[in-house]
Amino acid sequence: MKAIFLKELKQFFSSLIGYIAIIVFLLVLGLFMWIFPDTSILDFGYATLDSFFRIAPYIFIFLIPAITMRSFAEEINTGTIELLSTRPVTELQIILGKYFAALTLVLIAIIPTSIYFFTVYSIASPVGNVDVGGILGSYFGLFFLGAVFVAIGIFCSSITSNQIVAFILGVFLCFFIYLAFSYISQFEIFIGRNDYLVESFGLSAHYDAMGKGVIDSRDVVYFLSLISFFILFTRTALSSRRW
Amino acid sequence: MSIKVNSLSKIYGSQKAVDGISFEVSKGEVLGFLGPNGAGKSTTMKMLTCFIPQSSGKAEVCGFDTTIAPLEVTKRIGYLPESNPLYYDMYVREYLEFVAGLHKLGKITHQRIEEMIEVTGLTAERKKKVGQLSKGYKQRVGLAQAMLHNPEVLILDEPTSGLDPNQLVEIRSLIKQLGKDKTVIFSSHIMQEVQAVADRVIIINKGKIVANDSTENLQSRIGNEIIVTAEFKQSVNRAELGTIKGVKNYEQLKDGKWNFVSEGKSDTREDIFNFAKEKNLTLLSLYKEESSLEDIFKQLTK
Repeated sequence: MKAIFLKELKQFFSSLIGYIAIIVFLLVLGLFMWIFPDTSILDFGYATLDSFFRIAPYIFIFLIPAITMRSFAEEINTGTIELLSTRPVTELQIILGKYFAALTLVLIAIIPTSIYFFTVYSIASPVGNVDVGGILGSYFGLFFLGAVFVAIGIFCSSITSNQIVAFILGVFLCFFIYLAFSYISQFEIFIGRNDYLVESFGLSAHYDAMGKGVIDSRDVVYFLSLISFFILFTRTALSSRRW
Repeated sequence: MSIKVNSLSKIYGSQKAVDGISFEVSKGEVLGFLGPNGAGKSTTMKMLTCFIPQSSGKAEVCGFDTTIAPLEVTKRIGYLPESNPLYYDMYVREYLEFVAGLHKLGKITHQRIEEMIEVTGLTAERKKKVGQLSKGYKQRVGLAQAMLHNPEVLILDEPTSGLDPNQLVEIRSLIKQLGKDKTVIFSSHIMQEVQAVADRVIIINKGKIVANDSTENLQSRIGNEIIVTAEFKQSVNRAELGTIKGVKNYEQLKDGKWNFVSEGKSDTREDIFNFAKEKNLTLLSLYKEESSLEDIFKQLTK
């Protein structure tokens, strides 16, 4: 697993994908947070990172499938999957190696945004008057959100040999799981009865819950089970290729 | 027994790619796999390397079942797939290091990589990216990765495709040398290659084994006439050649060069030599053509 993890990580940074993903992520967030007047903290006047955590998931929806689209699709397309599968490693090890490499890239993209936190922290009046708990919770939420998106992206990559198909499917699935359930819960048949239940199927409900600064075990279990599901789906998709 | 295959079958939909084949390969043997395209050679190899599961039957490598203990099997196998897939954006060394990592070679990684680069003749190309290499060198990288972890069994699917004549000779002698202490299975379209390298040949057609014998046995089994080629310095009168004893048929290849087909399995070289002496002709060359595996192959897979 270590060998695959390192190889994937190296590939991200030797093929520019890694750099471009990180730069685009930081650039878009920076624009929204400090430049664009509608969302800029400077114009808004409140020392919060709300706009950051509201926009970041949408960037992830596009960026993470772009990172993961090649992971299996390319191996299937070029046939290198045959080299990997005939080694003394299990399918799960291959998948996890790739999963953690992509997750590491997401983490590397998130870490520099701590500068935003320190900036807001020091321009707050009085200095340090920010909701540290809420921001920390939001960071955990964002990390878990990214972790789920990576699992979805890798799954989409494993069911096709075409990277573009993997990307589009990944964007759709990420979008659907993040947002669709909270919209579906607003159908009349659910309102007042099980709208809360339907909404809790979606990612956004759990992401927002963590943003309040409470790390609830229910949310964590939700994130972890989504990740496990998609990793298991990936395994099934990979082995079904060989039947 | 290094490899034991028992009525192994692979069915794709309604098509039987491999149809109940059984064979054994003992340690230190070099087995050539021959067959026309789509005969099931690659499919058999993919099942042996645990890449695809069989539909029925059993395959054992070094005593481990390919479906029950795939990790034990893959540890002991070096595999060069047919299309030789490689990571084109990796450097040669980087790629070999990755493979070494997969096999957890640990401390001996560096030494093994150096050895493999040396053995496969990649020294001059070691600092290039795999994608920049020519086809022959890519094939060498494929061979290097297959042998890197010093496996007991080597499974090479058309190892010499795309190599130039010099490289062909090198790789063939390499396979032969490897066959001294390893079990090697390789497939090929080139009959001379199998003849030159393999101890034993399995000819497979439409998923079934049609011949499984040593190369010598196969040759003697099939050949029923001997062809002798003779070259005379002078041009020879066509009618006179008919007087040579034991010759059934003859044809002119070019001026002074003739092919003689023997009557039955008799060697006509002596008679041709005597004929030349008698007629005062200068004989420039005289040699017997072995009935090649090519003929056998054509006959068996018709």
